[in-house]
Amino acid sequence: MFDLDTWQEILDTIRSNKLRSVLTAFSVAWGIFMLIVLLGSGQGLANGVEYQFRDDAINSIWVFSGQTSTPYKGMKPGRRIQMTNDDHDDIEHGVEGIDHITSRYVINATLQVRYRSETGSFDVRAVHPGHQFVEKTIITEGRFLNDRDIQEYRKVAVLGTKVADALFKGKEPPLEKEIEINGVAFKVVGLFTDVGGENELEKIYLPISTAQRAFGGANRIAQIMMTTGDAALAQTQAMAKDVHQRLADRHTFDVEDPRAVFIRNNYENFQRFIQVTGAIRLFVWVVGFGTILAGVVGVSNIMMIAVRERTREIGVRRALGATPWSVVSLILKESILITSVAGYAGLLLGLVTLQIGASLLPKDGFFINPEVDLGVAIQATVLLIVAGAAAGYFPARRAGRLRPVEALRNE
Amino acid sequence: MLTLEKVDKSYVSGRNRLHVLKAVDLTIDRGEMVSIMGASGSGKSTLMNILGLLDNYDSGSYLFDGTLVKGLSETKSAILRRQWVGFVFQSFNLIPFKTAAENVALPLYYQGMGRRRRLEVAKEHLARVGIADRSEHRPSELSGGQQQRVAIARALVSKPKVLLADEPTGALDSTTSDEIMRLLQEVNGEGVTVVVVTHERDVAAATRRIIRLRDGRIEDAHAKLPEA
Repeated sequence: MFDLDTWQEILDTIRSNKLRSVLTAFSVAWGIFMLIVLLGSGQGLANGVEYQFRDDAINSIWVFSGQTSTPYKGMKPGRRIQMTNDDHDDIEHGVEGIDHITSRYVINATLQVRYRSETGSFDVRAVHPGHQFVEKTIITEGRFLNDRDIQEYRKVAVLGTKVADALFKGKEPPLEKEIEINGVAFKVVGLFTDVGGENELEKIYLPISTAQRAFGGANRIAQIMMTTGDAALAQTQAMAKDVHQRLADRHTFDVEDPRAVFIRNNYENFQRFIQVTGAIRLFVWVVGFGTILAGVVGVSNIMMIAVRERTREIGVRRALGATPWSVVSLILKESILITSVAGYAGLLLGLVTLQIGASLLPKDGFFINPEVDLGVAIQATVLLIVAGAAAGYFPARRAGRLRPVEALRNE
Repeated sequence: MLTLEKVDKSYVSGRNRLHVLKAVDLTIDRGEMVSIMGASGSGKSTLMNILGLLDNYDSGSYLFDGTLVKGLSETKSAILRRQWVGFVFQSFNLIPFKTAAENVALPLYYQGMGRRRRLEVAKEHLARVGIADRSEHRPSELSGGQQQRVAIARALVSKPKVLLADEPTGALDSTTSDEIMRLLQEVNGEGVTVVVVTHERDVAAATRRIIRLRDGRIEDAHAKLPEA
């Protein structure tokens, strides 16, 4: 039932009662605006945390060697712990629940890489095939390293796409080509990309066995990483502890020594962040709910006062022939009009603010892509509209039911 | 035109029951201009509210132009009011945020007349009561006499059968009161039945018949003007 004349009458009333209308509109718009900004910020934080974990497998355990810091069994502190292939084998066969495992042998120099006349210096990572799963490497062409590469000491290499671009300049396909790394020839068997960012694309992967032999690494390794499948948090903690104990036994250091080896349990860290973001989300919801509640109370208050203030006007309208329902509907339509327009404005303003905020913040920080569930925002707006209408409805109905005489008597 | 027979009305507040109108018999003919007089508490306002379909009564009967008006719902009586009755109140009761023309146009809004047309009609009626130049003013910018003229224009705009005025000069000085009563006489001269509730002798003197009310009963339906 759309009646232009009725709305004209309502607009007149709104225009003639600016302060009241603006106050109502403001409490609604502000409530929605705050809710949108809060929810968006909460989401932005959660997105930021997830972004921080995007590079490596979440369910991974990383082992780095260090130096002892406490005396143990008659040995002085400051002893370097050097992990070897034997440690890798012991962990691989001894620790329960490992999905994929790899070691990393780090060559302590930047290596010269050459293809024909093109040269460059790139990081070389000598690893096992399981590395692909730990680092979330994405093969775009060819293949990653496999077990036979390791067993047969094959001279093969997998290149990051930026390495391939630098060496081959897009002139010829890199696969099956021979490149030289510090004078040793390797055949390119695969190209990869990585979600971890630009830096990760400037790496070269070689079979660990080949690299140890070619670059004088003997049996030394710098890191051991493993994924834990879908093991629960407690199980991953047990695995990390097992790894730590085995290394302590093999290298004779105190398992309580915090600096002998470093073990990072990504899954544990991730769970901790999930808890933090969960708490932030809960907090945001509580504050947002409070904001909406304050808006509801504000709107209700203004509507009740408005109706009381208008009792006399209602009496006049009734005497002039307005039916009770026409009085109620006049007040309700006015309330709904103000709250919906204001709610929509708050919604829009909130979204624009989030957009501006998102464009000003760095894209890789702890706060990225603040976004809001539009459904929630619209529900909150509707809630405010309904609350305003309800708060107006009851006094309006009472005023509409009053005999015009009584309403007129109301000074 | 208006016929009351044995109309009873009491108000109940808490345990108290106030018998306001007691078996009132009254007839007002078409085209009459009558005043209803009485001390305060005599029931004259209640009588006017019943005559103006603003209030119900308990027993008896009320014929409005031949139609029995009894136990109507609020909605029904509102619809009858907008067609039949025009009101003028002591305190004018104009809507403060509307201009004079908008106030006058309001009854036509409830009759369903279009916006432009009803503002035209409203301005014609403001001209008729002599304040055409004030049509865009708010009530607060008008004098008491001007406000009451606006109220009279508003009461007449819907072409009612009866114009009911409750102490129309109660808030005005004597010169302005005379002007307003002359205006009501003119309106009556055009054929509108006018009923004025008052306790002022001068106001009653300007009408053609005086109905005297005392303790909820009609004391005299053709009373003489009280001594000055």
